[in-house]
Amino acid sequence: MGHPWPWVVGYEAGLNMLETADLLKEGIKEELQSDEMLLNMGPQHPSTHGVLRLVLRTDGEVVKEAVPHIGYLHRCFEKHAESVTYPQVIPYTDRMDYVGSMNNALGYAITVERLMGIKVPERAEYLRVIVGELNRIASHLLAFGTYGLDIGAFTPFMFAFRDREKILDLFEEISGARLLYNYPRIGGVAKDAPPGWLEKVRAFIDYFEPKIKEYNEILTFNKIFIERTANVGILPLEMAISYGVTGPNLRGSGMRWDLRRDDPYSIYDRFEFDIPIGTGEMGTVGDCWDRYWVRIREMRESAKIVRQALNQIPEGDFIAPEGLKAIKPPKGEVYVRTETPRGELGYYLVSDGSQQPYRLKVRSPCFTAMSVFHEIARGGMIADMVAIVGSLDIVLGEIDR
Amino acid sequence: MRDFVDYLINNYEVWGVIPRPLLYLLVMIASSAVILAFISVLVMFFVWLERKVAGHIQDRYGPMEVGGWHGWAQSIADGIKFFVKEDIIPALADKPLFVMAPIIVFVGAFSAFVVVPFSRSLMVADLNIGIFYILSVSSLTVIGIIMAGWSSNNKWALYGAMRSAAQIISYEIPVGVALLSAILPAGSLSLRAIVEAQSGGFWNWFLFRNPPFGFIACVVYFIAALAEVNRTPFDIPEAESELVAGYHTEYSGMRFAFFFLAEYANMFLVGAIVTTLFLGGWEAPIFSAALSGLAPIIFVLKSIFFVFLMMWLRWTLPRLRVDQLMYMSWKVLLPFSFACLFGVSAWILLQPPAVWELVAWILTVCLLGAAGWILLGNQAQPTKVLRAGS
Repeated sequence: MGHPWPWVVGYEAGLNMLETADLLKEGIKEELQSDEMLLNMGPQHPSTHGVLRLVLRTDGEVVKEAVPHIGYLHRCFEKHAESVTYPQVIPYTDRMDYVGSMNNALGYAITVERLMGIKVPERAEYLRVIVGELNRIASHLLAFGTYGLDIGAFTPFMFAFRDREKILDLFEEISGARLLYNYPRIGGVAKDAPPGWLEKVRAFIDYFEPKIKEYNEILTFNKIFIERTANVGILPLEMAISYGVTGPNLRGSGMRWDLRRDDPYSIYDRFEFDIPIGTGEMGTVGDCWDRYWVRIREMRESAKIVRQALNQIPEGDFIAPEGLKAIKPPKGEVYVRTETPRGELGYYLVSDGSQQPYRLKVRSPCFTAMSVFHEIARGGMIADMVAIVGSLDIVLGEIDR
Repeated sequence: MRDFVDYLINNYEVWGVIPRPLLYLLVMIASSAVILAFISVLVMFFVWLERKVAGHIQDRYGPMEVGGWHGWAQSIADGIKFFVKEDIIPALADKPLFVMAPIIVFVGAFSAFVVVPFSRSLMVADLNIGIFYILSVSSLTVIGIIMAGWSSNNKWALYGAMRSAAQIISYEIPVGVALLSAILPAGSLSLRAIVEAQSGGFWNWFLFRNPPFGFIACVVYFIAALAEVNRTPFDIPEAESELVAGYHTEYSGMRFAFFFLAEYANMFLVGAIVTTLFLGGWEAPIFSAALSGLAPIIFVLKSIFFVFLMMWLRWTLPRLRVDQLMYMSWKVLLPFSFACLFGVSAWILLQPPAVWELVAWILTVCLLGAAGWILLGNQAQPTKVLRAGS
């Protein structure tokens, strides 16, 4: 505006009083346009699940634009894999998604086995499925606990970790480590289950299944939690598919796609389990609550799978004979995808016939989940940023590798 | 105050030597010191209690080591820790404001205890505008919080402070109006008079009088007061997982301890107000005449129950988003508190016979039961029942 006598402007332009009033209103709106603030969340922040930096352009509390900056945890996994032997890559794979590391190593082992044509013994397959699904439960428990913590409920975190400790104790017994196991090996597993371990797993599953009801009571159906997560961060199905989102994030948007059923690997075709999807029960399909609810129900399904595996597991070898010799795959390339707790983890392996991989490229599910963040975060409030990041259940180790 | 000084001069010759104004000053300082000391010790107890309550709700024990029996000396250890910590002031912080902020918050919280009646004669000052004084003095904390947020030179602290200011100011109104529903039946703002109007047994307490409205007013006040003291589910300003620590992010050592103590003192104040205005203050629920010697203990126990309730809520419920918080204040609590005020006024004006009160109570209980059944029975349940085994 700038003119000292706005009504004169109107008069000179031939406007009547009402039109002049409109002119004045526009000018006032320009003057009162509040400044936008650039806010930086992270890399050190209590609730960005790792070293993630979010740069938010906010207008008051509403976020106009959210840009994630990653790379703080990049450790050159793919380059390392080119300079170590095939079995030596396994501890590196553990450290990508450090919350669900059994599944990472499993995916890599299956990749090399497919390239070499190794047949894994039955007992080893069952052991891999048992530890993989237990790890899925542990990973979803962590997602559930930390999500509650982000939303402000401190107690579910303690409950989740109490139960996660039991799983970690089981893992310590079988592999020697609590978090980064180096257990699934090319051709089978590292060692057989110690005596009594399978009974302990059964006892844990018996203990765990009623606990899910406890989690639902304290968090899932809590009115405040629902208000914080329903209708927040809605991920439409078309957007999820076009961005390549997989895993519970895709299932939360309504698509029943699970690699264990749709592209079966290992012995998953022998088990009966459901694939939970988000149905917009509390809000819209594809909101944060749906993704969270998918994870809770997946814990139940994993418990089912473990129980079936415990009933079916035979005696036998725990590793194929080829796994004990030097691993030298033939020249070639292969892409294998598996369903980790975070989604579709893909290994693209190029072998040149030597004992070290020529190129190992990893397709990370959290990376694609993070790539859709800026779309679904627009228009939310700052508190919603935290809710959305938590519902995508990202692990920075996998995003950055 | 004047009565006490007169009593001293009349009964003990030695006090007559000191000139009267000086005697007033000495008595004021002494009583403030006593109340400050008592509340500080109580606050240290609450710090320990919070950690124990948190622990047990979370399926663990809480402090067990320090001092032997259930870690009772944990608070003392925490206090020593705060004393010896380095006092860090950010380089670009606004130093005078930064230093003053915790003091203002502390003063706002502690000075309200001057009128809290621990028993018929055990209070520092029996102001005839007691409850009004408490409300006004505890509003000073908003200024302290805004100063803390601004002077920290930290965008996150500023966010926390602004949210807190909006929250506290919005919730002042339901607090005031809900308290009016307890002041009207008493007919006086003086806290002692309010408690004396509830004497005779628990059926005379304002919680149970004027059937639905006394109870609803108490609940409305409690929820609004939770927001006033920034406790979960209204702890947005301190939202640890979003803003690190909100408006007191940049504070360390003793300055942070001031904020910390002020928060627990405020909690005790809320408990004290609920006790005084709705639960009969220092009166025992039954045999009130016989148990009048235990009055201070009864009062403190009742207040501690409400502090425990606040801690229980903190460790159970998630936190509301800031717009939901505002919605709750303006569109839920405020209409309810107005309705209570209206209802209580109607009860007092119309003076119906006692049997109507009984009928209203029975209706209230039925209504609460129906509301609970609707709210809790309507919860979404998992759609499939898990059957163990394959």
